[in-house]
Parts: sequence; C-alpha cells; structure tokens
Amino acid sequence: MQSSVWLRSLVRRRLCRPWLPLLAITAFAAPLTLPVDARGQSTDPTTAKQTSRQNEAQRITIILARELRDAPPPLSLLDFPPEDEGIAGAKLAIADNNTTGRFLKQEFTLDVIEAAADELVLRVKEKASAGAGFVVADAAPNTVLALSAALDGQNALVFNAGSGDDALREENCRKNVVHTAPSRAMLADALAQYLVWKRWRRWFLVHGTQPDDLAYAAALRRAANRFGAKIVEERAYEYEVGSRRADGGHEQIQQQIPTFTQNVPDYDVLVIADESDQFGEYIPYMTWDARPVAGTQGLVAASWHPALEQWGGTQFQSRFQKLANRPARPLDYNVWIAIRSIGEAATRTRSADPEKLIAYLKSAEFDVAGFKGRKLTFRAWNGQLRQPILLSTPKLPLTVSPQPGFLHQFSELDTLGVDEPESKCSNYAP
Amino acid sequence: MSRIGTALSISLAAGSILFAPQISAQTVFVTNEKDNTVTVIDGDTLEAVKTVKVGQRPRGVTLSKDEKWLLICASDDNTVQVYDARTMEFVKSLPSGPDPELFILHPSGNPLYIANEDDNLVTVVDIEKGTVLAEIPVGVEPEGMGISPDGKLLVNTSETTNMAHFIDTATNEIIDNVLVDSRPRFAEFTKDGRQVWVSAEIGGTVTVIQPETREILAKITFSIPGIVQDAIQPVGVRVTKDGKRAFVALGPANRVAVVNAETFEVEKYLLVGQRVWQLAFSPDERLLFTTNGASNDVSVIDTEKLRVLRSIKVGRYPWGVAVASF
Repeated sequence: MQSSVWLRSLVRRRLCRPWLPLLAITAFAAPLTLPVDARGQSTDPTTAKQTSRQNEAQRITIILARELRDAPPPLSLLDFPPEDEGIAGAKLAIADNNTTGRFLKQEFTLDVIEAAADELVLRVKEKASAGAGFVVADAAPNTVLALSAALDGQNALVFNAGSGDDALREENCRKNVVHTAPSRAMLADALAQYLVWKRWRRWFLVHGTQPDDLAYAAALRRAANRFGAKIVEERAYEYEVGSRRADGGHEQIQQQIPTFTQNVPDYDVLVIADESDQFGEYIPYMTWDARPVAGTQGLVAASWHPALEQWGGTQFQSRFQKLANRPARPLDYNVWIAIRSIGEAATRTRSADPEKLIAYLKSAEFDVAGFKGRKLTFRAWNGQLRQPILLSTPKLPLTVSPQPGFLHQFSELDTLGVDEPESKCSNYAP
Repeated sequence: MSRIGTALSISLAAGSILFAPQISAQTVFVTNEKDNTVTVIDGDTLEAVKTVKVGQRPRGVTLSKDEKWLLICASDDNTVQVYDARTMEFVKSLPSGPDPELFILHPSGNPLYIANEDDNLVTVVDIEKGTVLAEIPVGVEPEGMGISPDGKLLVNTSETTNMAHFIDTATNEIIDNVLVDSRPRFAEFTKDGRQVWVSAEIGGTVTVIQPETREILAKITFSIPGIVQDAIQPVGVRVTKDGKRAFVALGPANRVAVVNAETFEVEKYLLVGQRVWQLAFSPDERLLFTTNGASNDVSVIDTEKLRVLRSIKVGRYPWGVAVASF
C-alpha cells in the first residue's frame, strides 16, 4: 500500500524525466519477474513466490567487431565516414532492445572492438570463449571468414553487417554467419529492376579497376542478363590516384569525362561501378550524351537512406539523430537491424542463452520489423536477410525494390540477389 | 432540419446514393496527414463540405464526450489542438508531450491519454485545465490506445517493442505487458469490456486478449486470394457494440476484413481504397468510414449489407476519422 503511494508521487515528481529510477521500475514491475509464459499471464504479486534467479536480469552481450582498414579518401568532402559509423547504429539498437528488455528483465550490453584483422580475430575469440554469443562484424570478407573459423564449434553467431561480397553468401557461406548487409547481387538487382521498369534497357557500363569495382560490375552484368537489359558498351576508367585535392580541378574534368564517354552506341543510362569512389561523382552531367547515371553514384541502391520517412522511418531517424548527432548511414542500419534481431529473438524466446536465440533467429518463426513496410527474415539457405532495397539520390530515397510486377513463388524479396535454386551455398544450415 | 430536407432532396434528385439513408444526422471528420487539414463530411449526403487548415501532420482525431470539441493530434507541432466541433473554430492547444500520434479519452470525458510516438511515453492530460497529469514510460514507439468501458484499464501498444502494455488508470502504472506480433498499431476494447483487440501491422495478425487475466483468447490471421501475405497489414480495428462483428483495416491489402467477433473467423473482405488504416462507425453503426491513405479518399461501408457504397475524395494521406452525431 505505502509503496504504491510513494510510487504514484514518484511518477508525478518525475514528470520532467521520462525515465524512472531502475529501483522503482523493478519494484512496480514485480509481477514481471515471475515466470510468465508466452501469453504474459500475470500472477498476484503478494502471494507468488519469487526466486532470486528470477529477480536477476538476463544479460546478453553483443560484440561489435570493426576491422580497421586503410581506405582511399572519398571524392567528396561530404562523404568522409564518421568515426562512429556503425557504432552509433549499435548503440541505438542496444537502447531500443533495453527499452523492451526492461519489461522482461533482459539487459543488453555492447562491447566494441576495433583493430586490424589479426588482432580483431584474436580479441573476439577471447570474448567468445568467455561466453559472448553474438558478433556483429564490420569487416572485409576474409576477416569475416576468419571470425567464423575462430568461433567454429561454439554457440556463437557472426552477423556480417559490412560486406556485400557475393562469395560470402555463396561458396564461402558458413553455418555461423548470417548477413544483414545486402549482397552486391541484391543491390544490382534492385537497380536493374527499376531501370527495366523505366524501360531504360540499354546500358553503358563504366567501371573502376579496383577489385571491389570489378565485383560490382560483375553484379551489374548478372543483373542485366537476369532482368533483360543490354550492356551496349563497357569501359574501364583508368585513373592515377593522385592528390585528392588540388587548387584546380574542374577544368580538366570537364575535358576528360566527355571525351571518355563519347562514341558510345545508343544507350539509355550510364551504369557505374566505382565502389572505391575515385571518379564516379564526376560522371553525372558531364557525359558526352545527356544521360542519367545510376550504380555506385547517381541513383544508388542501398539498405538505408538518412531521409527515409516512410513506414515510421521518421522515428528511427529521430532517435538516431538524438543519439549520434548525425544522420544514419547504411552501415549504421545494417548493424542496428542485426542487434535488433538478437533483441527480437530474446523477446520471443524469453531467453538469453545464445544457443536458443540463434536457433530461433534462424527458424521459420523469426521475423523482425525494420521500418521498410514488411517483415524481414533470414533466408534459410544462406542466412541473408531479405529486405527491400532503397534507390536514392543523395537527398532522397526515390523508389524501393522489388519493383511492382516482379513476381516470385515465395517472396518478392527473393527476386533480389541469388535465389535458392541458384545457390552455391552448401555450408549454411538453420 | 432544413439541412436534412436539402440532403434528402439532393439524394432523391441526383440518385447518386445507392440506398435511402435513415435520416440520422452525422458529421465525419477526417485528418489529412500531408495536407495539414481536416475534411468535414456531411454524413447524410456523404459529401465533403469543408476543409479546415489545422496544425502540422494531423493524425489521431477524436470528439469530446459532449461532442462540443474536436481534438486533433498535431504531431509535428507537438501539441493536441482543440476545435469547436460545430464551427471548426480553433479553441485552444493542449500540452501533449512530443509527437502525439493517437489518443483516447477516459469514458468519463477526462483525462486524455496520449501516445508520444517519438519518446516512448504516454502522457495523461486534463483537457479542461490543460495540464499534464502524468507521464508513463512505455515501450518503443507507442501508438495504439484503448480504454476499458469502466475506464479502469488503459492499453497502449508499442510498435518496436511489440507489446500491449496494460496500465491501471488509478495509479498510472503498467501492471502487465503482453507480447504480440510485430509492430502493433491499434488497441480496441469491446463494449462489454471483456476483450481487447490488438492489431500487428507487420506480423499480419490481430490478437484478442482477455483484459483481466491477460489470457490470449484468439489470434486472427488473414488470407486474401491474389494478395501477397506481406501486404496484409492490419491497423485499425472496430467492434460493434453488440460484440457480434469486428472490422479490421488491412493497410496495403486495400481491404477491410469483416470478422465474426464470436467465432473470430473472417467472413468477408471488402475492397476499399489504397492503404486503409483507420475506421469509425456512424453513431448507429450502420455505416463504417475508412481512411485510405494512398488513394486520398474515404470509403463508406454499409455494415448490414456488407457493401462498399462509395468513396469520398478528401485531402492527401487521410489518417484519422471521427464521427459526430450532429
């Protein structure tokens, strides 16, 4: 009796702060510490027994493993990635999980490890041996495989949030690796569907010469073939990686790009594969023929956009901005959805046991909402998260794939990326 | 009186209404999320008669118990606006907490319980005095608000936490939480107070919960030939006063499901406009009005014949709907 009067006045005194002290929450949430079944059936707090085990919060630790790598600086001053890219997404997901977790006595904590590949794998392995079951990786494909090998045999799951490498989902798939980052195939397919819907079927493909550029170009070729576009011409843009910044610049670009893009058979759209971001931003509005640009620059396919406001996206953007003081980038979203998936599994299984959570996450029952207007689920044959892909300008998401009219026997989302019958993955299993 | 006479003669002359309505005065208010307006529809002629500029991003809308006031959640203004329901003149603003999305009045007429979508809160406001009585921390992205007919139990749903929170209105404390399917959007008590219906937009289901015991009585699923399952996204739910039938708005499936509220079986699907979200009965429950966000119109359903009578063009992205008995 007295405690509820105190709590009522505490609620009123705390009007300005949305968060009550943890003690008060624990006190008035007493019924929730009782073994509640999946229906959340409550029991009378004054007569029910509470064991000390049930009073303790279940703890789930999630590791964010960031590989420190050298990357050439982006072409635009606006595109330097923030230092906490990915980390901010993780922090938001932990906060969201904990808001739910306080109703279920579950507590999520984040452990960020940033290191070069070898050291990263060693430190993650140490934590996993100590019981951590979840590793969200922002790492190169080989490092993801090394993490997978280091955690082999343990109840641990690696979430690939940073690499679009198709081989990681195909011949290099692993039982203990799932993917929240979209694959290059998914991105290229998303773009191709829109370009074909627009009837821009004749493509001029321009690509860089770095391995990542070539991989993206390969994905575009596959997508063109898949959806009925024709690559009428292909050219490699060879450049000298000189100084990014000089006091001049546009005079030569204005000469070089038109020359580079002239004498091309009739085409509708220039598709560009410049993942290294070394020249692609120069292409729009500089081409010999007046044509739209799409690919890694121009109209870009990605898992997220900081201006997406549909499907309640405003709420995500708003929470992210408050936490990180900057807009959310695709990597932040990929990391967020990985950690939210763990939270969702923990909510549904009422467990913190990695083995149980991993089994649930990979099962047909699992789904997670990700502000994209439909359920997101992991593909049963390779652990890739199925998701709508946004096609955007730097300012706005313009359209979302899969495009209307592209049908599929089981899920339209599977028109993006490598589908089950084509899959080369033999090492993944739910 | 003369307005009714005019309405009758118009309908007889034009012959555009498919049935002869029983003359019961009613006015329908629709918030247009993108236009920042409210469309006022004459419930007898079923024509839009007025468009009124209101606050920014108007969403939830409700009438005060005496129907003197129309209350609107002006989400981007972070306020609840109060208008004279008959003249649509602005009366006052109420504090609401940030980003109010949906709200519900205590059956006695006061206070108002508001879901603050952006801040994981329910704010309790005295609508006469214009004061905040309490803030209740809930899950992530609260939206749905239901209240028991005796006013003792408030149910709020959190979209990302996926729970229906049961709140004791005497203490303003959460007494229990029921996990539902993904992205719950709406909570509706039956008139006898024995059930609360909770829709899950992404999960694609409606869960019926016993409010006293929090036992799950049923989980209703939907299946429409020719429509992908992912497009079936339940949002608004309304149950008739006699507890026999429920209507569920199914979002981008563009249909309203008619559910037998005793057996929980779906009887029929009614095709309305695009992205149907919210529903409201006429006072006699013979008509049901639906807001079709993506086609900018409101559908009118005859609840006895289970037919869609017509669509009424309103503003852009109609969201909330409320019906007055005048």
